[in-house]
Amino acid sequence: MLQDAGIPVYDVPLVSVGGGFGSFTLLDVLRICGVPASAMRVLSNSDTPWQTWEYLTRVSQLPPAERIRSDAGARPDNIWGFPSYAVHEAWQDKSPKLLWQVLVEPVFTDFFSPRAATVFATVKREADRISYWDMLLKGQVRMVRRRDGGGYFTLLTPPPGSSPTKRVAFRSQYVHLAVGYPGLKFLEDLQQFRETYNDYHRVVNAYEPHEHVYEFLKTRPGTVVVRGAGIVASRVLQRLMDDRERHGLQTRIIHLFRAFVTGPHGRGPWMRRDGGDGWAYQAFTFPKSAFGGQLKARFRRLEGAERAALYKTVGGTTTPKLRRWQEQMRTGRQGDWYHPMQATVHKVEPTPDGRLVSFVSHGDGTPGHHVSDFIIDCTGLEADMPEHRVLADLLEHGGARRNGAGRLTVEESFEVSGTASGNGALYASGAAVAGNHFPAVDSFLGMQTAALDIAADLARRGFCAPLGSGRSISQWLKWATGRRI
Amino acid sequence: MIPTLAGRLQTRIFLLATVGVVLTALIVPVLPGTTGSLARTYGTAYLILLAVAVVGLFWELLYHLLMQFRWDKDWPTLFGLVTIVPEGLLMWVLLEQGLIPGVDGPVAFSTFATMFVFVWVGQWLFANGPMRVVSVQWRLRGGRIV
Repeated sequence: MLQDAGIPVYDVPLVSVGGGFGSFTLLDVLRICGVPASAMRVLSNSDTPWQTWEYLTRVSQLPPAERIRSDAGARPDNIWGFPSYAVHEAWQDKSPKLLWQVLVEPVFTDFFSPRAATVFATVKREADRISYWDMLLKGQVRMVRRRDGGGYFTLLTPPPGSSPTKRVAFRSQYVHLAVGYPGLKFLEDLQQFRETYNDYHRVVNAYEPHEHVYEFLKTRPGTVVVRGAGIVASRVLQRLMDDRERHGLQTRIIHLFRAFVTGPHGRGPWMRRDGGDGWAYQAFTFPKSAFGGQLKARFRRLEGAERAALYKTVGGTTTPKLRRWQEQMRTGRQGDWYHPMQATVHKVEPTPDGRLVSFVSHGDGTPGHHVSDFIIDCTGLEADMPEHRVLADLLEHGGARRNGAGRLTVEESFEVSGTASGNGALYASGAAVAGNHFPAVDSFLGMQTAALDIAADLARRGFCAPLGSGRSISQWLKWATGRRI
Repeated sequence: MIPTLAGRLQTRIFLLATVGVVLTALIVPVLPGTTGSLARTYGTAYLILLAVAVVGLFWELLYHLLMQFRWDKDWPTLFGLVTIVPEGLLMWVLLEQGLIPGVDGPVAFSTFATMFVFVWVGQWLFANGPMRVVSVQWRLRGGRIV
């Protein structure tokens, strides 16, 4: 059918769709497991594995020199996590302070976290080493379909002018999907405001470019409403507070929490999370052991309603309790220019003098309104999965199912349930597979976990070598000496 | 580290049986305060190592219990180092009281302390780095070896 339509078909054993950290990590592991670069292709819109992440972190107020929210041992460029990013940066900066931090964390200092720039630089080095660029093919993936004879077709639209045909197809035994977030989700009242008043200037999402907000505030005193209780809200607050301090500004901040956490909370002394001043505090996106310890094991053991209940207990929006942020917020509260409060927003309207008014119900049920120059929505990224065309097509035609969290149901090997095709298999990792047996999928370590589990399944199918101690040690030595593989 | 109980027990035994055995072999000839033959010192040293493994299994149960009070269910790197103090003290008391089977005659404190600190720090360093290379999955499954 494809040939009838004049679409050229290329054969390649494994195709990874996405081209972000999820694809990169899998290909890194598979190259380490002895798969030649010629046997794999990454189909992607992105020029580099870090492009989307760099964009999202930058606009959400995490420039390259700032530290991300990630553990020292979670290195996308190094599946062993040894030496950790703390050792790497300590060596690079000739700074024993970082080693001290990683030694006494989190008891006497905040958790060590790498700089975003460290991640870009090290992933670039690893991408060079594994010939990532030779495997990368640019274009927009339209769909992945099962073949009658087993395996899959992946349909790609290459960039205009780069190919004699408008579409090309890849015939592969294995497909891996790591397409990231389907898109941004906006708070309903804010979306309504933007559409009603066609104002995309004063109501912004933190994951959109919104530098103009900070620039405006440098020119005159202003008020900003911040909405959200996660890491991005923390970073936006830090930017507003840093600017206030650095440029002597008079910015007022009204911080609206939908759920206001007043202190430590949880079922009992064995399940109690720290919190206060509105926030639920947690070092990483899940409790640390969800990445590879006790909680990971528990999630794996549980099923159905019990697993969902555990997700409810340990999931949710959190932010790290960093000493610097605590200090800034304390200063703001004392100076009466930072006002955190519980509020549910009903609607947002413009004022006659060109400002915004948010109509709210406060925590005690009393109505109120807050006037501001800008509203920054920091509530999250997660649009509904079928908004991504490849995933939507897979749900409709590929046999994939959604789990209780609305994401793709996967097996413990990260094979997407219901999508097997003859001797072929379709895997997925990253945000699209949240809510399954492993909670921390949307993290560096989570993507490496998925990559290693997929590689183990592919080794069982004879596609690559298993990663035993011998191979691990010899490959680590190659990594450490920078030898290309 | 983010160990499970099984991971703790397995890691304790694995590290003592590998890194512990090698480091003990290296340190024994240069231990201070020893009397008697080298073979005898080796015998005593390995009996102490075995005792650390056996008693350590009970320590791990205690650590696991204490870890339950932590939201993250993690065991910070520093904890792995400072637990040398209670474990070392208990082992010294057991040694002094003659409660370690097979060890006859006194062991000088300097002999014991040198060996204990050397092996402990060596194992701690190994667990916080090279162990991840020996088994890629080790850190992702709570420290389980199998």
